[in-house]
Amino acid sequence: MADRGQDTRFPGMFPSGNVRSMRIGLFVTCLTDTLYPETGKAVVTLLERLGHRVDFPAGQACCGQMHFNTGYRREAARMARGLAAAFRGHEAVVTPSASCAAMIREYYPALAGETGDAGFARDVAELAPRVHDLATFLTDVIGVTDVGAYFPHKVTYHPTCHSLRMMRVGDAPYRLLKAVRGLDLVDLPDATTCCGFGGTFSLKNPDISAAMCADKVAAIRQSRAEVVTAGDNSCLMHIGGALSRLRAGVRAMHLAEILASTGDAGAATGGTP
Amino acid sequence: MTTPAGATPAPNGSMPTYLGMPSFPSAARTAVADSQLRRNLTHATTAIRAKRANVVRELDDWEELRQAGKAIKEHTLANLDTYLLRLEESVTSAGGHVHWARDAAEANAIAIDLIKRKNADKAVKSKSMTTQEAGLNEALAQNGIQAIETDLAELIVQLGDDLPSHILVPAIHKNRAEIGDLFRRTISEAPGDLADDPPSLTATARAHLRGEFLDAKVGISGANFAVADTGSLVVVESEGNGRMCLTLPDTLISFVGIEKIIPSWRDLEVFLALLPRSSTAERMNPYTTIWSGVANADGPREFHLILLDNGRTATLADETGRQALRCIRCSACLNVCPVYERAGGHAYGSPYPGPIGAILSPQLRGMTSPADASLPFASSLCGACYEVCPVAINIPEALVHLRARAVQSQPHYPERIFFSLAASILSSPGRMAFAQRLGSLAGSAVARRKGRIRRLPPPLSAWTDTRDAPAPPPESFRAWWSRTRGGAR
Repeated sequence: MADRGQDTRFPGMFPSGNVRSMRIGLFVTCLTDTLYPETGKAVVTLLERLGHRVDFPAGQACCGQMHFNTGYRREAARMARGLAAAFRGHEAVVTPSASCAAMIREYYPALAGETGDAGFARDVAELAPRVHDLATFLTDVIGVTDVGAYFPHKVTYHPTCHSLRMMRVGDAPYRLLKAVRGLDLVDLPDATTCCGFGGTFSLKNPDISAAMCADKVAAIRQSRAEVVTAGDNSCLMHIGGALSRLRAGVRAMHLAEILASTGDAGAATGGTP
Repeated sequence: MTTPAGATPAPNGSMPTYLGMPSFPSAARTAVADSQLRRNLTHATTAIRAKRANVVRELDDWEELRQAGKAIKEHTLANLDTYLLRLEESVTSAGGHVHWARDAAEANAIAIDLIKRKNADKAVKSKSMTTQEAGLNEALAQNGIQAIETDLAELIVQLGDDLPSHILVPAIHKNRAEIGDLFRRTISEAPGDLADDPPSLTATARAHLRGEFLDAKVGISGANFAVADTGSLVVVESEGNGRMCLTLPDTLISFVGIEKIIPSWRDLEVFLALLPRSSTAERMNPYTTIWSGVANADGPREFHLILLDNGRTATLADETGRQALRCIRCSACLNVCPVYERAGGHAYGSPYPGPIGAILSPQLRGMTSPADASLPFASSLCGACYEVCPVAINIPEALVHLRARAVQSQPHYPERIFFSLAASILSSPGRMAFAQRLGSLAGSAVARRKGRIRRLPPPLSAWTDTRDAPAPPPESFRAWWSRTRGGAR
């Protein structure tokens, strides 16, 4: 795809001076790839609108987090090796999952060390520091908070555990949401409490998981938001699955889809879980 | 003397397991359905969580203190052989006796022998996790010796024939009304019209315990810290009952895990700043009792220190798991844990519940029972525990590490088949794309019913019992990219 440079449709919305166009590798994650393709498309739309080139290396599959977190380290290492190889040579890798980004940053080095495979370790050393969660990539790497989005809805934000405590995204998602035109951002009570997803935890301890989700759903209802957003489709699948089961009339939607929206038409078609 | 209904002394000398202990998921299933328990736990943990956050926020150098606490413990554990011998030497030269116990059975036998030699048939106890771990009360009862718990919450647990469910607040699962009922039933000193406000309940316990303190020939304690240089033991507590146990009886027996050691007095400063703020959310601890051996005409005439291993050296051998030995038993991780808040302490089947229990119990006891093997999975890995831990134990990292050990310890796990199959699909872009196409075909049938899956077969029914599942979309992202952008790279 040709380098489009700065998008002229949104004058004054981007940091002054030259924004260097980057070649960004999109790590879409297996979950978003398989179940939430609209989130992946939204990331592409958003990054291209900001003047960057997006690559989707076709050799990518799953980062191995589910296997790793469930105790299947050998299998996880096999997946990790493949993923690290698929992203060779990208100056930045962006993913719409803070959890998968944290898996690469926090656990890949140890996993590569366990295999004793020097090539794998080299790939990981190169990849880990260049993996970014979408929100902080926008605010800290590109340096933009107003991405030119329009989303006229009442929204509350759930800070997912791994975005908060592993990737330490801080207030980046809030700053991005506050800059969205038409968006009414409302507080989520007990926001930093886990929704209870926890990967295979949701299946291995379904009762505790459901009890945690019940409280998260109650907090969302209390916020009176019509949309709950987050930086991770896994947690949103959990929260959204409960909201849908309860016919709560609140939809769960990935942050990327809100940030990619530029009009009511876009907003109406968006919406994960 | 009552023996807690579900507890039994360990047959092989390790930590007692609670009789008929179910694995975590089924124990938790019962607990989440108990509305009284849920309310009691939410009420108590929410209050302490907020208080802790406030007093920690006051200190600008909290993170430095935390890292110092971690560094001191790491250093001590790495040189445990040196410091243990130094402690033995300094306790002995201060007039104390040091006993080494490989496991709980050895430790209990030493204590029983000492008490029998004093011709005593009862002992007053200050709150001690290590004696809970060893199952000391049950072992004493089998030998005709009555253990009298003097910590208010431990007393509540003991009188109720119950089990502790929290490290700091063993009776956290009970509310005031339940405690009032219990006291009216079990304490003869309780007035007939005993109200269930905290001052009345405390006064009743106080009246009940005062005579026991004055009568007791033997006191039993644990210790929060043992200072190697001076042979000093330190007990921090809030009620003053500990000080009476430590100073009134002629003979004092202290059960101390070998990881409780710190090198010097200087190091104590760091922990006396970290511990109260993390545990009771106090700036300073109300009662801090420190003793070194015995002193003439003051306090106990005879002091015995029982140093307990009970799985600790085995834990030390695990490079990732050993960080659990840094724990100073503050229980901050329990109070912030959303799983603990909903499951309660009993579901963990161990005196050590919550996140720290989930990494400590399976290491101290080994993962041979299904219950112990289930503990590392009793977490959503949210990381709130790591965030508050005053000695920076990376509990999520240790949990994930122990999950791998649990999987290895059960080679014929049926789950393995699923994870092997999943790995072979998820590691290959081609196989993933194929599976996605199959999913889309299946999904198109479901999509006619609003794109929602309401029921799936086991084990996925665990999801759809309470949550809808998304139907696979007509086209994966990968397929969309290759259709619209294929070759454009």
